[in-house]
Amino acid sequence: MNHREGNVAQPLAALDAPVPVDIATIATPRREASALAAVRLVLLRDLRLAFRKRSQLVQPLAFFAMVTLLFPLAISPELARLRELAPGVVWVGALLGSLLALEFLFRDDAHDGTLEQYALSGQSLTALMFAKTLAHWLLTGLPLALMAPLAAVSLGVPAAALPGILLAVAVGSVTLSLIGSIGAALTLGIKRSGALLSLLTLPLSLPVLIFGARATQLAIQGASFLAPLELLGALAVLGLTLAPLAAAAAVRISLE
Amino acid sequence: MPEQTIEVDNLHLWRGDRHVLRGVSFRLVQGGCLEVCGANGAGKTTLLRALCGLVYPEEGRVLWNGENVRRDMPSFHAALAYLGHEPPLKADLTARENLHYWIGVRRPLERTELDVALARVGAHTWCERLVRTLSAGQRRRVALAGLALLPVPLWLLDEPTTNLDREGRELVGELIGEQLARGGIVIAAVHQGLPAAAGTVTRLDLAA
Repeated sequence: MNHREGNVAQPLAALDAPVPVDIATIATPRREASALAAVRLVLLRDLRLAFRKRSQLVQPLAFFAMVTLLFPLAISPELARLRELAPGVVWVGALLGSLLALEFLFRDDAHDGTLEQYALSGQSLTALMFAKTLAHWLLTGLPLALMAPLAAVSLGVPAAALPGILLAVAVGSVTLSLIGSIGAALTLGIKRSGALLSLLTLPLSLPVLIFGARATQLAIQGASFLAPLELLGALAVLGLTLAPLAAAAAVRISLE
Repeated sequence: MPEQTIEVDNLHLWRGDRHVLRGVSFRLVQGGCLEVCGANGAGKTTLLRALCGLVYPEEGRVLWNGENVRRDMPSFHAALAYLGHEPPLKADLTARENLHYWIGVRRPLERTELDVALARVGAHTWCERLVRTLSAGQRRRVALAGLALLPVPLWLLDEPTTNLDREGRELVGELIGEQLARGGIVIAAVHQGLPAAAGTVTRLDLAA
């Protein structure tokens, strides 16, 4: 390939950087990244991006905190009554809070061509969608779960119930992120997709709301909340197996 | 690299009631370079996106090494690199981080390889800056560094020389020349023709 380097201007000659190496030699051996490596990189990329744009990260949490803190002010300071409402308040707050960040899940990637590159990477798009959803859960679902006990305390929930609430919100929010990923992928082509997105995802999220609130209620009463928690777990497994597939298919359609 | 061929057979594509691709056919063997020319809106980008399977043509087929690409999309995708008219970069990551994630999803990447590719496109002095602070030409150069790190058999390039200065356009020519020399295939949608360093190219004109 030396004849080629002779007859063109040498942009590299002026550089004090490493010696130019023939691309063909550095590029061999030609191997493909493993699916696991690809998933890891997509996850790390999304996490790093989120920490560069913190306002998007804080928005759902601030919303959740405000909703749960305003309720005691609006209803009554009577702890017994608040305790009765706590499961509903925590879960509606968590559900709506997790919706807030959904709109951004794929939008930037669609806009700058990253999704196109994912679809053409030779890797399974389903696996990459799973990585993106996992990042979304780590950035919204998990922080919401960690905040839920704090919110519950402000609603007069006894300390003994707090681990149960954390667990229920953590497991339930996995399903919320997964359902959300389908909705976000389906509404990619639409300019202001927020309203449609909630219309699509909220009905599907109702089982999570019902079983999550039930688990929380039982935890507050000091009873065993294993049954609704197991149902939440089953929903999460169902979501894990199906949602990335559906999201990948929806993304492919949106790229057309 | 084993023998590579791409064969496009009578591709028809409609966008609404607009007949964008009207029976496009061509065949390229390894070392072949195709320049896709045509006025704005003639369907250059659409053709590239149909080739790599992002859009479905209503009629016709694309054969890679004699096999219909629809049969095994993932392995066809693993054999191609597509560069759209916008560099696929994240504004909030640095040039180096962008390449690390973008190329790393496709193949294992070592730090020295990244350094070499970045130096090659003249990015070694500004590769730690956030992409949002880079000019359009600099972004295009980062995308070219990514391309240089993907020595797959088939390159599909959409206006690869946009926003580049003279030196940058020569770099595109050089990269294409190397790809052809190692037996790769290049299909590029271009406006003004590929730089001379690319070597001999076939031309395909799309009527508007």
